[in-house]
This record gives sequence, C-alpha cells and structure tokens, in this order.
Amino acid sequence: DPDKKTEVVLLACGSFNPITNMHLRLFELAKDYFHETGKYKVIKGIISPVGDAYKKKGLISANHRVTMAKLATEDSGWVEVDDWESSQSEWLETLKVLRYHHQKLLSPDPTNSLQNAIPLTKPGRKRKQEPNRHDPVKKKNQSPDIKSVPQLKLLCGSDILESFGIPNLWKQEDITEIVENHGLVCISRAGNNVQKFIYESDVLWRHKNNIHLVEEWITNDISSTKIRRALRRGQSIRYLVPDVVQAYIEKNNLYSPESEDRNAGVVLAPLQKYTSD
Amino acid sequence: MKSRIPLVLLACGSFNPITNMHMRLFELARDHLHQTGRYQVVEGIISPVNDEYGKKGLVSARHRIAMAKLALETSDWIRVDPWESEQQTWTETVKVLRHHYNESLRSLQFKKEIMKNKRPTEGSTVDSLPYQHPVLPELKLLCGADFLQTFKTPNLWKEEHIKEIVEKFGLVCISRAGSDPAQYINESTHLTKFQHNIFLVKEWIQNEISATQIRHALCRGLSVKYLVPDSVISYIAHHNIYTEESERKNEGDLLQPLKLHKTVNPLND
Repeated sequence: DPDKKTEVVLLACGSFNPITNMHLRLFELAKDYFHETGKYKVIKGIISPVGDAYKKKGLISANHRVTMAKLATEDSGWVEVDDWESSQSEWLETLKVLRYHHQKLLSPDPTNSLQNAIPLTKPGRKRKQEPNRHDPVKKKNQSPDIKSVPQLKLLCGSDILESFGIPNLWKQEDITEIVENHGLVCISRAGNNVQKFIYESDVLWRHKNNIHLVEEWITNDISSTKIRRALRRGQSIRYLVPDVVQAYIEKNNLYSPESEDRNAGVVLAPLQKYTSD
Repeated sequence: MKSRIPLVLLACGSFNPITNMHMRLFELARDHLHQTGRYQVVEGIISPVNDEYGKKGLVSARHRIAMAKLALETSDWIRVDPWESEQQTWTETVKVLRHHYNESLRSLQFKKEIMKNKRPTEGSTVDSLPYQHPVLPELKLLCGADFLQTFKTPNLWKEEHIKEIVEKFGLVCISRAGSDPAQYINESTHLTKFQHNIFLVKEWIQNEISATQIRHALCRGLSVKYLVPDSVISYIAHHNIYTEESERKNEGDLLQPLKLHKTVNPLND
C-alpha cells in the first residue's frame, strides 16, 4: 500500500530539570515535520527523564522531575511521560532506553491479547490517551507483519547531536546503533552547525537519511539551566514553563543554591563508566 | 522605609495574536523595576491597536482583545484595555499614555476618597502616611528594542511626541542578548537627554516569538502550542481567524501614522 504512512514514535531523553515550553515544543515541531513529508505519521511522544544516578550537577530528585513532566503533558493527547528509565538504580545508556521502548512497541498490544487478563479499565484509559487516532494500530500489532511496527526515533536538540563528539560521553557503537536501527530527529535553530557536524562524522554521514533535521524558525531558547538561575534570583519564569509546572516548583520550593550544588565535583555517570572501561 | 513609587506598565502593539513572549515582557519588566528598589509595579496593561492602524494582516480588534483576555485570564496583575481599539480613529501612542495615566490618577483619587471616609485608627501608623501624602504613580511604556529603532522611521512619530513619551512617562525596553539598544539612545538627542527615564532590560532567555511567524505557522496548519496559550489557540481555531485572506488585509496600504504625518509635513512629498 503506497499510501500507507510509516508510523513514528518520538522518544526524548534528558534531565528535564525542569521541563520547559521548549522541550514540549520539540515534539510539536517534530510532529509537524513528519506530517509534512507525507510519508510519516507521528502517533506518540515519550518523555523519559534521566535517573538520579546520572549525577549531573543541580539534578533534583527524579520524582519531582517526572511529576512536573506529567503535569506539563496532562492535556496533551499524544505526549506522555515514562518513568522506567528514572526508576532504574543505575544510570542507563540512551541506547538501552531506546531498546526498551522499541521492545515495548514490538510486543503485541496487551489490550488486544486474549491471553492476558487485563482489568476492564485499561482499554478506556488507552482511548483517552489517543483520542484522535483512527488507525487501528492495535489490530495491526496482532499480525506478524513487521512493517507495521512504528519506528522509534530519538528526539533531541542539536546540543545532544554535537555531544556525540565529547570524549567518553557516548560509546561509538551506541551512536552507530542509534542512528542505524532507530534514527534521530534533531531540532535546531537556523544557522546552526549541525549539518557540518554530520558531515565531519563518518558514522553520522553514513546514516544521514536516518537523521532528520528540523529547523526551528521561532527562536525559543528556554534552557532549564536559565530557568533554575532565574528561580534562584527570585525572577519570574512565567510563560516559559507551563503554569502547572511553575506552581509546582513554587509550592515545593524545588530550586535553590543548595539544589544547584548537588553532585558538585561528582563525575557524570557516563564519563565515570567509560573512562574506567 | 522609603515608600516605592507605584508603577503601571503599558504595552501598545498589534497583539495579532498575543503570544507568550508579549506576556513575558511584562514579567521581565516587573522583576527589573522591583530590583531597582524604587518602584512597585501595581499593574500591567495591554492596549491592542485600533483597526484603523492599517497594518497588513491585522485582524479585527474584537478578536485581538478576546484573545488577549483569554491569555491573561490566569494573570493577577496584567489586563487588557480596549480603550485604544474603541476610538473612532487610530490614536497616537502618546495619547494612549495620557489617557491611561489620567485613569490611574483617577483611581488613586478614588482610593483617597475611600480613606478619607474611613474612621481613623488609633494613632497614626506609618501605613496610613501614603494616603495623606500619596506618591504619584508613574506610567511607563513597555516595549522591545526594535520599538526604539522605529523612532527613526521618517513620518512615523512626531518629534514632540517622542519627547513627551520619554520625558513625562518613560520607557521600559526589553532587548535580547546581542542587541544594543544603548546605541539607538545615543543616536537620538531626545533619548539621550532622558536616558535616566529609559530602563533597559536584557532578556537572557531567548524567546522571540514573533506574532508574524505565529500567523504563518497557523496558515500552514503548523502547531503553535507552547508559544501561545492553549485558550488562544482554541479561539483562533474556532473562529478561523488567521488565513491567507486575513494576511492580505490592508495589503499595499500605508500605515495610518504615515498617512497622517505625510499630510502634516507637505515638504516630505
């Protein structure tokens, strides 16, 4: 069927410390991009906050970060939060998170399986999350047709892509598997260096068809670091993060000079892992 | 403790449509002015321009006001004022400033009257002093750095208006990292003379959501979620406000101030 569109699921990994309007925007931009190609259909977005074991400076408890992300996506019909990564006791490579979610997509939809005893409330819940989907993806998953499994792609900003070059931050074979088996959707500002970066990397160049570059024309550089800085200085963060997130931060007094000092002097988990290997 | 001067921020513009960036300007301005220790920002006013302004793509004020109202529903200090949009013709910015300044004086007078009628509490406390010697509020025009630049556009502003705006009222000008509004101030005699009344606020968190880009995105069926409040997005969709047709409105027409000032200055023809 030449008109059949490839289904795509977007996965965003990161600290989300805290989640901002910019993070949420990435999903919207990626979705529009894929739809405009006419070949893809984005069916789901997943936000996977990193675990506390990542040991990034200023990283507050995963519980809060997951809660804020959930609050922020409550009214989204297609973006959801997954806390599997954050509930692991050790830091996990991004590739492992991709593999986990890919596996989840491969296994047959539990709500349609006659073998699993599923509580009656579950089908209803699923429908609420995806109200506009008319495609009977569930039915497709029952057939052994591999083509109908959605493609899982890593959604990120250009900073993540360029971080591939930082020594000991990523394993080379991980990068290869990410771009080869899954693919990247990289959102960047106009006038960025991403294309140059891809050109200069043999691995990325080889799989450039699987690296989708999306240009963000509406400058929206709301970094979490800046949000935390503003909060420490008693400055307003309204209209940069969803109101519910701002209220939650205020209520729980999440960000302070003390919280920013967390993990100060501690080596980032991947660097620790790969330097000792 | 020296009492702070009550300050009202007024933003004039098309708000076509209102975006998160517009509201952000108010938050930045308020933080900055509070940090000076001299001011207490008591109110923010958004004043959408009159339809007669004649700008390309400008949709009806009715919609622009409605959208701004929706966007500001959750704000406890910023509001929309329809006065400017309800006038018969386009109104110069200085006149809008004058109007809102008089209004703020009136509401201060109203408060004074209320205090006069109240029974005095035992002993005069420090708190009651402001009502005996009220600190006059100040009204400042809130804008972006590009706005400062427009002072140079021929026939767009009257000289005496620019002078009155910076002298009697004052500007709070938000600019991005990388742009240098101090330069524009330097280039203008009026602005230089009253630079103590021009507050430059730097926006370090880049958030340049131009309404023009929003309209383009909407015309193309692209998402503007998280750039514009959800309630505004719903409103736009419900009323189908931004289309290729709406974008062509006023196409080829001169802006009203340019029309007006051209007739006033025949030498420029």
